[in-house]
Amino acid sequence: MGGSLNANHLLFLGQGALWTIGLSAIALIGGGLVGFLIALARVSPNKLVRLTSGAYVQLVQGTPLLVIMFLGFFGLAALGFPMTPLAAAGASLTIYVGAYFGEIWRGCIQSVPRPQWEAAEGLGLSRTQRMLKVILPQAVRIATPPTVGFMVQIIKNTSLASVVGFVELARSGQIINNSLFEPFLIYAIVAVIYFALCFPISLLSRRLERRMGVGRAKLMPT
Amino acid sequence: MMQESPLVVLDRVYKSFGALKVLDGVSFSVGRGDVLVLIGRSGSGKSTALRCIDRFEKIDSGEIHVCGRRVDAPDIDLRALRQDVGIVFQSYNLFPHLTIAQNIMLAPVSVKGMHKAAARELAATMLAKVGLSEKLDAYPEQLSGGQQQRAAIARSLAMQPKVMLFDEVTSALDPQLTGEVLKVIEALAADGMTMVIVTHEMGFARGIARHVVFMHEGKVHEAGTASILTTPATPELAQFVGTGL
Repeated sequence: MGGSLNANHLLFLGQGALWTIGLSAIALIGGGLVGFLIALARVSPNKLVRLTSGAYVQLVQGTPLLVIMFLGFFGLAALGFPMTPLAAAGASLTIYVGAYFGEIWRGCIQSVPRPQWEAAEGLGLSRTQRMLKVILPQAVRIATPPTVGFMVQIIKNTSLASVVGFVELARSGQIINNSLFEPFLIYAIVAVIYFALCFPISLLSRRLERRMGVGRAKLMPT
Repeated sequence: MMQESPLVVLDRVYKSFGALKVLDGVSFSVGRGDVLVLIGRSGSGKSTALRCIDRFEKIDSGEIHVCGRRVDAPDIDLRALRQDVGIVFQSYNLFPHLTIAQNIMLAPVSVKGMHKAAARELAATMLAKVGLSEKLDAYPEQLSGGQQQRAAIARSLAMQPKVMLFDEVTSALDPQLTGEVLKVIEALAADGMTMVIVTHEMGFARGIARHVVFMHEGKVHEAGTASILTTPATPELAQFVGTGL
């Protein structure tokens, strides 16, 4: 019984891959928004804001994503807030990615040379204007390669959403294997699809890094 | 006519970084149209004194007045202060992601609300003043150090400051590039701009200074007109200008 791999199975895997992409997009957008706020909070002149956001980053970075997913799905349900797998996985990834982006981008903001702040200050620009018009445009350039690189981590980490019953690529493979019992073949296909999603992105990241490596010199006063 | 009060006044200013006393009761004043040159060894406190005028450093005690505003007051309007005071740094600090024109237009547009077209015209005028008309749309990295520093001066001038501060603006430049920057500053002096200049260029100091303040160990050790550079009264200044020759 079980039969052999056919087009319907591949279609099912394709559907799973689309959900992987969709969940990655949710994590990227949600995590990007949270991360942006965290990065700004981490360089805030207000000590309380800095400490709170720092605590958030430490807390999330010290917790496995798997446990955050369990908390979001089973934990909240036990407290009387049942979540759909998509909502639980999306929210968990947003929280997780937000902390990492926040920390990556804080580093990028702080690596814009200090005198750039002073020059903008000396011209009478407000703190918001200094941030928006002088610091962030330079920080974005610095941040692009590591941000694109981290997207690979996001795609791979969405596979953990399978533990809360969300049918993305890894979970689709599992389901098909449960009927075909061909783990090597099926997981090999799953692996190839993950690779096909991730490889172009890491290639892009490496290329950006090389190009920025030249551009970095422009940020430093000679 | 009423006698005009000086544009910049430092009155018994004290400032420490931790245990290190950087400014130890510094007083001097700068009248309208005056060119005051601050000299002294590295670590004598001259750059710190300059930075206190634009409140990049907070002082521990004493008073600083700039254009009738008390700079050391806790509720000082920093943006108003910095519209009155222009500052140029040793490392130029042009914004690398903006063209020279955009560098110059940024503050007039976002701080003063000037229209972009008017601001661009202003940028062109200011660049002409420093001899860089053709660099309007260049990026900072395409300019030599001397050109970048002149563009930085133009950027400050575009805010029409009442006082200009120069913090060792030629220290990163070779002698030839230094010359072109100093010429721009000399032209400003001739125009009657009030300036406070920290410099190591003794020849330039002699040529441009109306007043000289020699700082030594955080104190004003000797002060007077430019003549003290040629006839110093204290052995420390004599030694300092001697080594600078």
